[in-house]
Amino acid sequence: MIRYFIPLGVLVVVVVLLALGIHQAPRKDLVPSPLIGKPAPHFALPSLTNPDKQVTSAALRGHWYLFNVWGTWCVSCHIEEPELLAIAHTGLVPLIGLDWKDSRSQAISYLRQKGNPYQQIAFDPGGLEAIHWGVYGAPETFLVNPQGIIVYKYIGPITPHAWRHDILPRLPAGQTERGS
Amino acid sequence: MRRLSRTRTALLAALALLAAPFAHAIAPTRMPTPALQARYERLIHGFRCMQCQDESLANSPVSLAADMRRQIRQMLLAGKTDQQIRNFFVARYGYFILFKPPFVAKTAWLWLAPGVLLAIGAVSAAWVIRRRAALVGPEDTDEDQSLDDGLVGPGKHS
Repeated sequence: MIRYFIPLGVLVVVVVLLALGIHQAPRKDLVPSPLIGKPAPHFALPSLTNPDKQVTSAALRGHWYLFNVWGTWCVSCHIEEPELLAIAHTGLVPLIGLDWKDSRSQAISYLRQKGNPYQQIAFDPGGLEAIHWGVYGAPETFLVNPQGIIVYKYIGPITPHAWRHDILPRLPAGQTERGS
Repeated sequence: MRRLSRTRTALLAALALLAAPFAHAIAPTRMPTPALQARYERLIHGFRCMQCQDESLANSPVSLAADMRRQIRQMLLAGKTDQQIRNFFVARYGYFILFKPPFVAKTAWLWLAPGVLLAIGAVSAAWVIRRRAALVGPEDTDEDQSLDDGLVGPGKHS
């Protein structure tokens, strides 16, 4: 008698596995980065706002920073802009921009209009630097610690919720704020 | 044989016609030697376009794919091996960028699961067939024997 229930049992197991698979499926647009916990790429790129100057990873050593990949062509970056300005306003962590595959004049007039949340902006018109960071869309934001290690990556426009729950708690400033 | 190859030619021609509209979507890249060209083609077919995900770099018209193809071209011209180029992209994008993931600890289940499932299926099939054979077998011989003996009757076992 029991052997008639074996196929039924197998079917139930398969259905449960498939249901779990559908519900727990990772979002396909969020590919985890292998760079988390690894040193951020070394770079020395021309500054967007001042072509004679360079933005370098060496100069950023010893400081926490948010490395934000954006472009004026990127609609989600426009959505994210007010939150970036709010983050800059807290003064808790400097924003370093990577202007990805953009035109210099357009980027500059965009920042004049909307406000510039960045402490420095590296200019990457050819897109090679973004490949070094494993970027596959914009915006993408990396949190880098004073040792130059990528601690966290956020894919998509940063929301106030993402800042409070995903980024701020990883910063020493956020930790002390929580503790007090 | 001749008929087969003819059909095949016709099929290939039909396929080529179907593919024609897409052939010019991506500007072809010329490598200096046929050997480099072959390696380039093989490499760009083996990488996933991270933006569109279900297309290879070879077929993707998005600009990130174009940047990646340019990077592959430059690395080939700089004398990098295929493995060095694959490692470069895997270090930045993870194994997800490879259409054919390598056999490493993390991907072992991916490669082994089909074999394991097949083995489980084969063992259970063998088990079921044997049990069936064991159930049916003696009755058959029993019947055969009783037929041979000419002692057919319902009362035999009682």
